[in-house]
Amino acid sequence: MAPIDVSGLHVRFGEVHAVRGVSFRVAEGESYGIVGESGSGKSTVLRAICGLAPISAGAVTVAGEELGRRRSAGFHRRLQMVFQDPYASLHPRHTIDRVLAEPLAIHGFDDREARILRALDEVGLGRGFRFRYPHQLSGGQRQRVAIARALILEPRVMLLDEPTSALDASIQAEVLNLLDRLRAERGLTYILVSHDLAVVAHMCERLLVMQHGQAVEELTRDGLRARAAREPYTRDLLAASEGSRPAESSP
Amino acid sequence: MTLLQVENLRVTFPTRQGPSEVVRGVSFTLGRERLGIVGESGSGKSQTGRAILGLTPPPGRATADRLAFDGIDLRRATPRQWRSLRGIRMSMVMQDPKFSLNPVMTIGRQLTEAARRTASRGEAKDRAMAMLEAVQIRDPSRVFGAYPHELSGGMGQRAMIAMMLIAEPDLLIADEPTSALDVTVQIEVLRILDRLVQDRGMGLVFISHDLRLVGSFCDRVLVMYAGRVVEELRAADLARARHPYTQGLLNCLPRIEGGRRPLPVLERDARWAL
Repeated sequence: MAPIDVSGLHVRFGEVHAVRGVSFRVAEGESYGIVGESGSGKSTVLRAICGLAPISAGAVTVAGEELGRRRSAGFHRRLQMVFQDPYASLHPRHTIDRVLAEPLAIHGFDDREARILRALDEVGLGRGFRFRYPHQLSGGQRQRVAIARALILEPRVMLLDEPTSALDASIQAEVLNLLDRLRAERGLTYILVSHDLAVVAHMCERLLVMQHGQAVEELTRDGLRARAAREPYTRDLLAASEGSRPAESSP
Repeated sequence: MTLLQVENLRVTFPTRQGPSEVVRGVSFTLGRERLGIVGESGSGKSQTGRAILGLTPPPGRATADRLAFDGIDLRRATPRQWRSLRGIRMSMVMQDPKFSLNPVMTIGRQLTEAARRTASRGEAKDRAMAMLEAVQIRDPSRVFGAYPHELSGGMGQRAMIAMMLIAEPDLLIADEPTSALDVTVQIEVLRILDRLVQDRGMGLVFISHDLRLVGSFCDRVLVMYAGRVVEELRAADLARARHPYTQGLLNCLPRIEGGRRPLPVLERDARWAL
């Protein structure tokens, strides 16, 4: 499926020019991070890759094939997305069983019963959750359901849009560990979008910093740890992630 | 000097399964300092903050052995006394400016309305403009005439803080005031709060789920779990926390420096909630 090659990507929504010429390349099996603040266009890049936002100019190539407006069912099976807010991304009146059965039906999978049970086991939920509704689950459990829904189609690439920012710190650790383990076991490719540099540093080997729809700087994890950022904006982000020290700094 | 005394605060909500106690015997005192209250969702930290201002949503009920603000017994405060306290001597900043500002009133009108409680009509507008400058809004006259939807999140939160501080309260309760903001904006808003605490000698209760942020910003930290304070410590001593819950909360955060993989997961002990 991979590599994923994004070159000169522009996304326009009418007057709004959300993404202005972003390029990067993700190798098979790699975990790639995109960091930026709200409005930086980081989520829009992910949405353009999976077809939820228009590609106004530039190209997105996945496994040598340039993506057009319509994508095949096979493409969507191999590339799945997990959204930020598990309170909004699950249908409130569908049971977990129905949430997981729907993608299987769409893509014509057989053996649905066993696949649903396996997916629930894999994300650490257990079979007891199968016939519950989203409102009966906690935020972390719902995000596990969202991950199971993506995983059940046996994708090669997962697009993760702020998968833990709606969760408590302790639950975030559990979900990050789960994502880490799944990638190791299945050799998945991740593109992870987050506003939290620490999360990206933990999960990704390389990362792209975005601001105002443009790529500011690409860094490796080791470069980030060595504070080898060249751009002032990246340094600001790094400084802000350390927490505040106002008492000492104020005159 | 003690500004606020809280002893054995309890907040109870009736449910179909019987009363559910969400704050269970919280006690602390606050001087003119920055006190952080940290905990996960459902730990009772926000309900603690609301109960201090008498804002426990019905049918919930708050009780305490002692709840005193500057010598005034808040448990027996009359509606009239509350009106003279809330928004004037004690205020609260909520998490999301989108839901706490009035969408059909300009920022200026909302600010002057707040200022009018302690100032004359002519003075109120000047105070409002001065306050917008104090929270470092670059173009105060534009923001003064703007509606909330015309402002960014960081701007809206600054306007909200300006409104809460316009009467120069002695006590500010800030419930996740920066969680809806970007990290770089977050730091700016914290600097503003910090300066106001120092310049005006205000007491600040800073409620947050972010232990690292609270540790770097506050003087003292209360860690809450299941409605109780499980640990109280100086923010500087956070790294030497004794309670396994506090340690767990600190350790489960990923770090830029990296290290543990998988991340240590918080193992909850049923005894913590007893």
